[in-house]
Amino acid sequence: MNPILLTPVDLAIASVLIVLDGALSLVLRLGLHRQLAWAALRMVVQLVLIGFILRWVFAIASPLVTLAVVLVMVAIAGREVAARPEQRLGRFGNYAVGASAVAIATFLTAILALTTAIRPQPWYDPRYAIPLAGIILGNVLNGGSLALDSLLGGVVREQSAIEAQLALGASFSQAMRGLIRGSVRRALLPIINQMSAAGVVTLPGIMTGQILAGMDPLEAAKYQILLIFLLSGGSGLAAVAVVYLAAMRLTDDRQRLRIDRLTAKSKGSGP
Amino acid sequence: MAPQSGRLRVANLRSQLAGPFDLAIGEGECVAITGPSGSGKSLFLRMIADLDPNQGEVFLDGAERRSIPAPAWRRRVVYNAAEPGWWSESVLDHFRGATTTFARAMAPRLGLAPALLDGPVVRLSTGERQRLALIRALALDSPVLLLDEPTGALDEQSTKSVEAVLRERLAAGVTIAMVTHSPVQATRLGHRHLRMTDRHLVPA
Repeated sequence: MNPILLTPVDLAIASVLIVLDGALSLVLRLGLHRQLAWAALRMVVQLVLIGFILRWVFAIASPLVTLAVVLVMVAIAGREVAARPEQRLGRFGNYAVGASAVAIATFLTAILALTTAIRPQPWYDPRYAIPLAGIILGNVLNGGSLALDSLLGGVVREQSAIEAQLALGASFSQAMRGLIRGSVRRALLPIINQMSAAGVVTLPGIMTGQILAGMDPLEAAKYQILLIFLLSGGSGLAAVAVVYLAAMRLTDDRQRLRIDRLTAKSKGSGP
Repeated sequence: MAPQSGRLRVANLRSQLAGPFDLAIGEGECVAITGPSGSGKSLFLRMIADLDPNQGEVFLDGAERRSIPAPAWRRRVVYNAAEPGWWSESVLDHFRGATTTFARAMAPRLGLAPALLDGPVVRLSTGERQRLALIRALALDSPVLLLDEPTGALDEQSTKSVEAVLRERLAAGVTIAMVTHSPVQATRLGHRHLRMTDRHLVPA
């Protein structure tokens, strides 16, 4: 299978569509043409840059460099998970929770896939490890941030309900059970939607890419199935990890609800 | 020096927000606490129940709080908030096992229709919620009750029935610390009457 390689001219022709969008913005006075041009330019620069970086990383094939690249990706995803919720855990809690949950979920699912299903030689070959970590991270980020937002928001909203249970002698984990369940549930809904829509409503990205690159549709489907399994596993792990790590930070040795450790996001501050 | 006797003994109890507090309450004794809003009355009760971070010691029948796991402590020293929380849609979900039977028996005594127990929480009025939350707390049969304005939302008749039930508990030896906005209630029910001023307790 040989992918049909694109030339810069091919891309230039396709870019006419962006110009068309810009023209629409001018004609309909949407005021979007500047943003559109800037976003398109940014996208091209980012992707070309990452193309060069990956080419270099693949060429040197050093496990340490691969690990470093994956760790940078995990750190960025962890930051995103931490930034989403309106509420912030004290002492950089959101960041610690986000990054550890993202790391646990991504490493576990990626290593499982690399050592059992995909099995490149060696298993940490960056050509497989990095894109795989990337796609898992995207979903783990989604699941993790939904779970964290739901848990922290819920704790503030349901403070009196949680404390009423504590006051009647419930343990902290009993008092939090409903909220924890709801948060994990909310984090898993997108992946369930994605699975039920796969192939009927949408042709998933990986499968589309591989078919365009010349792979047999059935082979591409198998790859997609494997990946969706990994993504749902990753999302679930991330959601559970986020929820329990955050809950641990919301209590103390006397099983109190430490709402005082949460502050509402102030505009412009980091996680 | 901390008080030496009493079933519930509070010694040098303090937090960044209130205190220090020293208080001893005996078996079957009711201490009524009045004071302006925001003076620290609820904080004081919450600290005894160990719901807010605090320093100092609280003893129940001579046993210091820290020697008892927190949930077990709160089952014996039960705090009932002025605005009770509800963690499930159905009223019945807030009662477990034998406490359901207790609730069905107690509801009519506090002027509550028994059918309320089988309905949703959203359909309850403020006064009904307050009485049901009290039943929830009484159902634990704890030796100590920390009641935060237990009749704050109630009319005269309901207040009287709540007070009658509390008097029964006192006669059975239960220790009560009660925050109230009504000086009349404080003298009617309280064996002692304390006043919270500026986050400190003084005799009224």
